Amino acid sequence: MEVLYVMWLRQIKKYWRSRARMIGSLGQPLLFLIAFGFGFGSIYQKAEGGNFIQFLAPGIIAMSILFTAMFTGIELIWDRQFGFLKETLVAPVSRPLIMLGRTLGGATVSVFQGVVVLLVSLLVGFKIGNPALLPLALLFMFLIALLFTAFGTAIASRMDDMQAFPLVMNFIIMPIFFFSGALFPLEGLSGPIEVITNFNPLSYGVDGLRGALGGVYHFGLFADLAVLVLTTTFLFAAGSYLFSKIEI
Amino acid sequence: MKDAIITIKGLTKNFNGFTAVNDISFEVKGGHIFAFLGPNGAGKTTTIKMLTTLLNPSKGDIVLNGIDPTKDKDKARRSFGIVFQDPSLDDELTAYENMEFHGAIYKVPKRLREDRIAYLMNLVGLFERRNDRIKTFSGGMKRRLEIARGLIHHPKILFLDEPTLGLDPQTRNSIWDYIKKLNMEEGMTVFFTTHYMEEAEKVADTIAIIDKGIILKTGTAEELKGLTKTKSLEEAFLKLTGYSIREERSGAVDNLRTAKRIWGR
Ligand SMILES: Nc1ncnc2c1ncn2[C@@H]1O[C@H](COP(=O)(O)OP(=O)(O)O)[C@@H](O)[C@H]1O
Ligand SMILES: [Mg+2]
Repeated sequence: MEVLYVMWLRQIKKYWRSRARMIGSLGQPLLFLIAFGFGFGSIYQKAEGGNFIQFLAPGIIAMSILFTAMFTGIELIWDRQFGFLKETLVAPVSRPLIMLGRTLGGATVSVFQGVVVLLVSLLVGFKIGNPALLPLALLFMFLIALLFTAFGTAIASRMDDMQAFPLVMNFIIMPIFFFSGALFPLEGLSGPIEVITNFNPLSYGVDGLRGALGGVYHFGLFADLAVLVLTTTFLFAAGSYLFSKIEI
Repeated sequence: MKDAIITIKGLTKNFNGFTAVNDISFEVKGGHIFAFLGPNGAGKTTTIKMLTTLLNPSKGDIVLNGIDPTKDKDKARRSFGIVFQDPSLDDELTAYENMEFHGAIYKVPKRLREDRIAYLMNLVGLFERRNDRIKTFSGGMKRRLEIARGLIHHPKILFLDEPTLGLDPQTRNSIWDYIKKLNMEEGMTVFFTTHYMEEAEKVADTIAIIDKGIILKTGTAEELKGLTKTKSLEEAFLKLTGYSIREERSGAVDNLRTAKRIWGR
């Protein structure tokens, strides 16, 4: 238990100590909220979609969790480059436990970031539908965070340095975000884009968050939970396996 | 007569075509201090990495404290501690936090951990700096802390890969005194590499000399000197390994970097 705790604590400390990063990573969600929220607001209203901020905010919260989680997962590469990874690799601790410590740490940090974005979106006019469902919203945030921290760690286990990072950013993280329903409704999509969004785990995270905060689900609460839990479990197992295969 | 705690048979490591460790076999007796000597690029670090589960051997067998570290990795990891040749501290954490992290993942009970950390940090003269982040430390300070960290959990086998490189004689002495104390009192086996021949001569029970991935000789310092008809271990070492200066190949990571640069992004 203490092993898990110190691994978790290390992630939290590292995050807390890089305030610049914390504040910096708030810039993007804020920009999206304001530019898209107010920019598309009137078109969206004319199309009888209602208040666009109300629609957009859960998507942007999910986005900031996605980014933070993937980054903290991929931070494994820094550990490799600065040498600290060796200390973890020879530790008499099972690989799934190491993976769990890292993932929980990264997920906590990401949920924190998500909560901050939620608070910010309240400032620009977002309203929570039913405050009693807030714990459910937090659960969805946590699931999104776990899923993508595990995913980031799995990817990082196969990377030697940061050189491939732009590739990951442009061909994995960005598409996951854009094809998730964070920015547009999934209703009435068809063809390839419908298939892609249906296969994207973030779609279910966004949907769950939107449902919990606003009351309307596209896939349904249980479908959202099931897809997120199953995908997280799978990525966690894959990550532990890849982690155990690292040679230095 | 002591039993072997490390047995290596026909151990080999190839890095895409290049043989870094070539069919080596030897034993280390339990409770011994064993020096593994060789010029740069001889294969010392690669051997230690195979013994400590960081690299999978291409061929050969290892038995470490009765365990096969290539199969039973977690169990093997419980038997040893290691001070790596390359940096391995977390720069963002403080000195104390690095020590604490180690003590916790090696499950040293809290009270004992605090005592040992305080003792060891004093031993290497870093207790006053315990709350400073590693990124403010000099190379020598980091090295001292890494050695102190490797000693927190009193492992059964301690691997030290060029532990004292760049440290002043005072520090080297106090660190070796403490390691010898653990060796005497707790029967801790020590497997170390060094380029300081006097150090090896002074502390090692047994010495193996490796060059170009092959073990040239094993024995006590006296035996090696007798064998080569020399008066010091340094002379014996030079006589065995020759006088030419070694070119080191670049490691895998460098190769990958070059490959990436060529392929572009
Ligand atoms: N990952 C690697 N990929 C390719 N070559 C390597 C790798 N690691 C070590 N080598 C090479 O293997 C040889 C032995 O290295 P090493 O074990 O580090 O030597 P030593 O520790 O005795 O100085 C060197 O020529 C080194 O360049
Ligand atoms: Mg070496």
